[in-house]
Amino acid sequence: MKKIRVIVLRTAGTNCDEETAFAFNICGALVDLVHINKIAGNEKSLQDYQILAIPGGFTYGDDIASGKILANEMKYRLSEELKDFIDDGRLIIGICNGFQVLVKAGILPGLNGNGIEATLSYNDSGKFEDRWTYLRVAGGGHRASNCVWTKGLKEIIYLPVAHGEGKFIPRGRLIMDSLKKNRQIVFRYIDEKGRPAGYPYNPNGSVEGIAGVCDPTGRVLGMMPHPERHILGAQHPRWTREGLKRFGDGVKIFKNGVDYVRQKL
Amino acid sequence: MEWKIEIKNKKGIFDPLAIGIKKDIKDLGIVGVKKINTSQVFVISGNISAKDARRIAEGLLTDPVTQEYRIEDGCGSPKRHGSRVRGPGFRVVEVAYNPGVMDPVEESAKKAIRDMGIEGVESIKTEKRYLIKGRLTGSQFKTICERLLYNKVIQHVVQAPLDGVYPEQSRGARDRRALSLEAQGGYKFKLITVDILKANDKKLMKISKKGQLFLNLREMKEIQAYFKKIKRDPTDCELETIAQTWSEHCAHKTFKGVIDYREKGIGHSAESIALGNRKIDNLLKNTVMKVTKDLDKSWCVSVFKDNAGIIKFDGEDNICFKVETHNHPSALEPYGGAGTGIGGVIRDILGVGLGAKPIMNTDVFCFGLPDTPQDKIPKAILHPKRIMKGVVAGVRDYGNRMGIPTANGAVLFDEAYIGNPLVYCGTLGIMPKDKSSKDAQSGDYIVVIGGRTGRDGIHGATFSSGELTHESGGISGGAVQIGNPITEKKLTDTLLKARDRGLYNAITDCGAGGFSSAVGEMGMDLGAEVDLEKPPLKYHGLSYTEIWISEAQERMVLSVPEENIAELSEIFNAEDVRAVVIGRFTGDKRLRLKYEGNMVCDLDMKFLHDGLPRFERKAVWSMPRHREFKKDFPGTLAKSLLKILSSWNVSSKEWVIRQYDHEVQGHSVLKPLVGVKNDGPGDAAIIQPKFNSKKGIIVSNGINPRYSSIDPYWMAASCIDEALRQVIAVGGALKRTALLDNFCWGNTDKPDRLGDLVRASFGCYDIAKGYGVPFISGKDSLNNEYSVHGKSISIPPTLLISAVSVMDDIRKTISMDFKKAGNLIYVVGMTYDELGGSHYNMINGIIGNNVPRVDAKYGKRVFKRLNSAIEGGIVKACHDCSEGGIGVSLAEMAFSGGLGAEVFLGEVPFEAQGPRRNGLILFSESNTRFIVEVKKRDKKKFEAVMRGIPIGLIGCILDKKALKIYGLDCKKVMDADINKLKEAWQRPLRW
Repeated sequence: MKKIRVIVLRTAGTNCDEETAFAFNICGALVDLVHINKIAGNEKSLQDYQILAIPGGFTYGDDIASGKILANEMKYRLSEELKDFIDDGRLIIGICNGFQVLVKAGILPGLNGNGIEATLSYNDSGKFEDRWTYLRVAGGGHRASNCVWTKGLKEIIYLPVAHGEGKFIPRGRLIMDSLKKNRQIVFRYIDEKGRPAGYPYNPNGSVEGIAGVCDPTGRVLGMMPHPERHILGAQHPRWTREGLKRFGDGVKIFKNGVDYVRQKL
Repeated sequence: MEWKIEIKNKKGIFDPLAIGIKKDIKDLGIVGVKKINTSQVFVISGNISAKDARRIAEGLLTDPVTQEYRIEDGCGSPKRHGSRVRGPGFRVVEVAYNPGVMDPVEESAKKAIRDMGIEGVESIKTEKRYLIKGRLTGSQFKTICERLLYNKVIQHVVQAPLDGVYPEQSRGARDRRALSLEAQGGYKFKLITVDILKANDKKLMKISKKGQLFLNLREMKEIQAYFKKIKRDPTDCELETIAQTWSEHCAHKTFKGVIDYREKGIGHSAESIALGNRKIDNLLKNTVMKVTKDLDKSWCVSVFKDNAGIIKFDGEDNICFKVETHNHPSALEPYGGAGTGIGGVIRDILGVGLGAKPIMNTDVFCFGLPDTPQDKIPKAILHPKRIMKGVVAGVRDYGNRMGIPTANGAVLFDEAYIGNPLVYCGTLGIMPKDKSSKDAQSGDYIVVIGGRTGRDGIHGATFSSGELTHESGGISGGAVQIGNPITEKKLTDTLLKARDRGLYNAITDCGAGGFSSAVGEMGMDLGAEVDLEKPPLKYHGLSYTEIWISEAQERMVLSVPEENIAELSEIFNAEDVRAVVIGRFTGDKRLRLKYEGNMVCDLDMKFLHDGLPRFERKAVWSMPRHREFKKDFPGTLAKSLLKILSSWNVSSKEWVIRQYDHEVQGHSVLKPLVGVKNDGPGDAAIIQPKFNSKKGIIVSNGINPRYSSIDPYWMAASCIDEALRQVIAVGGALKRTALLDNFCWGNTDKPDRLGDLVRASFGCYDIAKGYGVPFISGKDSLNNEYSVHGKSISIPPTLLISAVSVMDDIRKTISMDFKKAGNLIYVVGMTYDELGGSHYNMINGIIGNNVPRVDAKYGKRVFKRLNSAIEGGIVKACHDCSEGGIGVSLAEMAFSGGLGAEVFLGEVPFEAQGPRRNGLILFSESNTRFIVEVKKRDKKKFEAVMRGIPIGLIGCILDKKALKIYGLDCKKVMDADINKLKEAWQRPLRW
């Protein structure tokens, strides 16, 4: 069988690299944790991988703004390679800090080239918070999905968030309309019954409860919640009440990425 | 050229920082603030063109969606600012770091600018600007600034309103200039010697005091004798080195000294334990360490010698655990103090054996009461609420950025902590078993890795060994610093790679005492030579002594064989971590320091480490007699329960817990918040450190300073019992459980304080030994006193017991929330008349005398049986009884599970000389008790497993959301809505 190769990009302040690697691993991919210096220094090449994962953390301390300095670095040190990677039809997932990086580098939502079309700003609560959230999956259940990462997911999934800057704000109404039209809004925060709801269900005050978006191709996904923290049943906060399942809701996302590469690339 | 770039929110963008400050101002009792705007200011100096400044502002510093920027004249000229007072009622204040205080943004921002292809930036400083609109008097504005916006220990005001309330006006620009002048001028070497050979006693003490050495006369005389023998005066550097090595912080002189202990008044209570008047030579060896020696567990790998205690985990790995304190720095600068506290204990774990990977943090704090009126706060002390917010933010920002889950902790409050809060920071680590010991070799290079050395944190070790005064902020401000977690994260990532390749023989952290302590300890048996001009510096101008004793954060020292230097450097350099050779371990058992070839220190290692004179201290304990109340207190039980649930100590700590990332690394199995709404108080944290193994690690803690005022012996016993019963409650067993001790005490030069310490230590010995649970590491922080107008206020004797336990199968985990209506509720363990120091007494204004005791022989049986029941899968929920007794436990289990309960107090196993009373049974805080939920069909099985243990089937779980309690006469004494109970419990800290 074809080897699916995933690169988990690391730099100063990357945190969730090992659990992200584990998530891809159990879905059958080969994963390398690679420091950005190795790519910028041409020791490693993005071209050797089909999936790029930018994991959670506080790259460069989130100094200036979350994800900003890595976004800046990618823009100035890796832009050509990244463009080729996306143009070749490969996949990218950015989780939490990775999502912040993709948005601040102008890669997501990616409507018109590399312009900054949205941001992830300070939580309305004014502080970092770790809590579990219910997410409505666009194209979940039996509906067709535009995003390769969310195919066949349940309509509502349960994942934790852990961030201080996760409030998604699109740059103006036109951007918002395009996101909707293109079906790029992949995850929205909802309550346990599936209804749109305010804090704490929407943990950060995101506009229209947006928790994750993809690019127009559906191959680049960014999300604030952490699917890699709900891979095993014992990671669920209530497994001691509700029973221990083998896998958590997050696995399917990684599996979708791996399956897509296996079938299409 | 200096560019000042202001970044502020666009109109209409929600500013949570401003909202938070507005709320805090209201809490100060100041009304009239209408609006606050905040902005970030970057001061960039260097050879930067106007065009590049604009590029930096637009492309890097500003978020184009939410923010806009303004570039101001760089020379600090006020003209371009326009009027600082923007119309009536507008005031502007700008806060900058003091020179020498680390600004973590500088390094990363410089990197980002380099990435943009712009060279020539020399320095970047960040400042915070606040625009406050509203009718305020000058003094109100000053209060807001001082209480909320800046801390003079690390910050100062740069721009002030034109009405000149601020004397420090525009000091920032001046300081920046001063610092850059210093940078140009550099440091010119001049050897300083201290004239002690001829000094009389008075002069010796003057030298100690002036140099902030915190050495007493006997110690100074010992030093004098040494130098008389070698016929020369010491250099400043030598004196500092000795002072730091001999500090209480590093040498634990109290615990290891001789204590003459006497006790009084024991006779008047039958239950009190008489230790007998005696002389104790080395309290530590005779109590805490003796438990471990006596028990001699084969799974204890390394105890009381390395940075942390090490125990076996599985066939491949060991785990290590350490809890540190960072009290005095946190009192002066809560954010930086707590942040560097957690940073320090993480380095302990990185430096244990050959280095372990940090996998969990635990944090326990003690503060003054958050509702203390401002006019009751002594001079120069920060308000407890501000301290708490700062400490939580410090731990949050450091721990979260390190990617280590903070999954366990506690927060306690007592008015006696007002001037001296306690900040306990703990870290758990995992390491391959063959990396568990270190052995520096003579000839090895001494390599410093990580952060640069600066003037920060000078005198931390000696400062923490003295008392705090209202002048501490000014005198010892250098002891306070801001950490940079990303420097430490990079260090961690690379260090573990170097460890796995076996490139070094030994490692230790730079903690208190800096290089002095790290090199001194590592080279104790070898000898070392260091060239002090070699460590990378943050800025020029540091003297050789400052370099040697600086406690700048995020540095570690390695002992590296010559042939590995190149490979080692490559690993660190590949990820932008500095690794620099600063010296060599020699073999001649001397500590030799040079600066640019000049000898500045030449000491005999033996004198340095063994020369500290031992002396005898007096300790006295007089058994106190407090007022007693022999009836149930007036008021209904429901009212009392609500009041206890709302008390600061018992109330929900969700506000704190959520700010910590407790799930990073993905290993958490039992989270700190549990139950149907993920908001109930879990008893302990469990992680599964390897994805491919079912083995888990439980971490819990026990702390209850309230019992100290009755008897520190039983206080210590109760803390151990609490930590252990939490392990049991979540599914752990005693057999693979180890403890850490952590004593925070007042000034033990005072016999009564030391008497308390002796009793607590023997409490530790008796109970830990009785339970068969060894101590593997510990820490003491003495001198936690605060003096106001010459009067010394001590904290209550506070012992934190942390437990770590290896769990064979995480699938056996249970949580404390009620699971299902119809299930049975049992009390496990005997309830006694033990309201002494209880919360029930507290809310009624008395302490009492019947402090909860522990019978470890009986307790061990209770723990064993309950553990079998849990492992057998017949316990659905379990919660230990601690503050607030059965009443609080039942309420917490009910509202965490979203289910009610019906309970009969007459069924609670109870034993006492006096009459049984409802309030006593419901709120007594007897140890070794649990509330347990069992399915009806498992009733017989459960009772069979628990045979011989006092248990009582007290009721069952209800679908209805009410907690119904029936008294001894079977009449209903409480019918409380569980949502109301929950609200009472959640309200106090819903900030």
